[in-house]
Amino acid sequence: MQDLGIRVLFMGNNFERLLLGLWVTIRISLLAVLISLVLGTLLGMLMTVKNPLTKAITKVYLEFIRIMPQLVLLFLAFFGLTKSFGINLSGETAAVLVFTLWGTAEMGDLVRGALISIPKHQYESGAAIGLSKLQIYRYIIIPQTLRRLIPLAINLTTRMIKTTSLVVLIGVVEVLKVAQQIIEANRYTVPDSALWIYGTIFFLYFFACWPISLLAKWLERRWNAA
Amino acid sequence: MQKEKLLEIKNICKDYGNGPILQDVSLDIEKGEVVVVIGPSGCGKSTLLRCINGLEEIQSGEILLDGEVITGEKTKWNEVRQKIGMVFQSYDLFPHMTVLDNVLLGPLKVQKRDKKEAEAEAEELLKRVGLLEKKDAYPRQLSGGQKQRVAIVRALIMKPEIMLFDEVTAALDPEMVREVLDVMLELAKSGSTMMIVTHEMQFAQAVADRVVFLDSGKILEEGLPETFFTQPKTDRARRFLNTFVFHKQKEKGGEKAL
Repeated sequence: MQDLGIRVLFMGNNFERLLLGLWVTIRISLLAVLISLVLGTLLGMLMTVKNPLTKAITKVYLEFIRIMPQLVLLFLAFFGLTKSFGINLSGETAAVLVFTLWGTAEMGDLVRGALISIPKHQYESGAAIGLSKLQIYRYIIIPQTLRRLIPLAINLTTRMIKTTSLVVLIGVVEVLKVAQQIIEANRYTVPDSALWIYGTIFFLYFFACWPISLLAKWLERRWNAA
Repeated sequence: MQKEKLLEIKNICKDYGNGPILQDVSLDIEKGEVVVVIGPSGCGKSTLLRCINGLEEIQSGEILLDGEVITGEKTKWNEVRQKIGMVFQSYDLFPHMTVLDNVLLGPLKVQKRDKKEAEAEAEELLKRVGLLEKKDAYPRQLSGGQKQRVAIVRALIMKPEIMLFDEVTAALDPEMVREVLDVMLELAKSGSTMMIVTHEMQFAQAVADRVVFLDSGKILEEGLPETFFTQPKTDRARRFLNTFVFHKQKEKGGEKAL
């Protein structure tokens, strides 16, 4: 008789363990995404400043982070810092650090792009009716920047959530690692559990990212109707 | 009757660093006067307007509004700009706001006026330019000419003492130019003080109390429209005006005429 691998999911507290693993994934992503959105916005504004020094520094930072595979950054933060400087970060802290560095760089570039896409005349016609600099940003520039930014930022967020699966390799037990543990533990009794467990992982990731995509769609539709 | 000087431009110079844009330009504008500035592209017309409302800094000279220097270090530009309305070539309405919100942003946020009163005036002004029924539309739903009329209303509602128009019809389709110029003609008739940069020569002739001809950053000639357009004093102005005149190239018989 065909033995359904899905029963593994309901053995012991396996499903609960998976959900706890998912919570680790979400905790790392959420923390990294939130810090990245704030720091990235600041970085993006800094990148539009016409100072050659800040331009050079931010450019080097951005390119460095972009060129390095996230995995190498994770190894650098987790093993490298300990070896060279004796700074001993936990796997989760190292993960949040790396994903924040990465997210900040990407977000910064998105913010910079959105800011420079606002025509100069928008600032000028705001100034011409007597708005102060702060008011120009508050009423004219930021609302328009946000509209351009949100679909891009949401895309970045889902990318970050998915990429956190790499943290397995620095020993963080998140949803994917728990899944592997469950599959390994049942290799002999339920040999085809892999399909079912990874299938479950698919839905877990899907339900973590889907609401964010829905939010993006909803915002875009609302602003397009406006 | 003693005419009152509203705007005094005294010997201003402007230089971006690669050759002067404005050289020693002086010009007085009286209350209620309509001054049209014409000249070839790149002669500094737009820069002159932009200097008056502080979008460009000047290197020397000074500008006075109501007898007060507005080009000093301590100029509170957001106060001065309420007295100087400006309309740009590319209209630049705020795309994320309705027509009414575009018009109300200044009165509500800068002048802190009562919302009901400002809204009533906004509707009154929109009605005057024939766009009341578009008050809840977004800029992208409007034609170029309609956008430009909204931009004029947006400047007017601040009750400026002088209005600056920077080639406001240059980006419009020919058929839409008229509706915008009509609004400006009506403003001129109602006694607004205006400074207009334009390439529409017939309009300039109709609307101007005085014409200023600018070339290479200098005022070469100024005078009444009747005399300037028919008997310009300088050779340069005559050549410029001639570029707007076309002669028929073919006679009916097919012979070439000069």
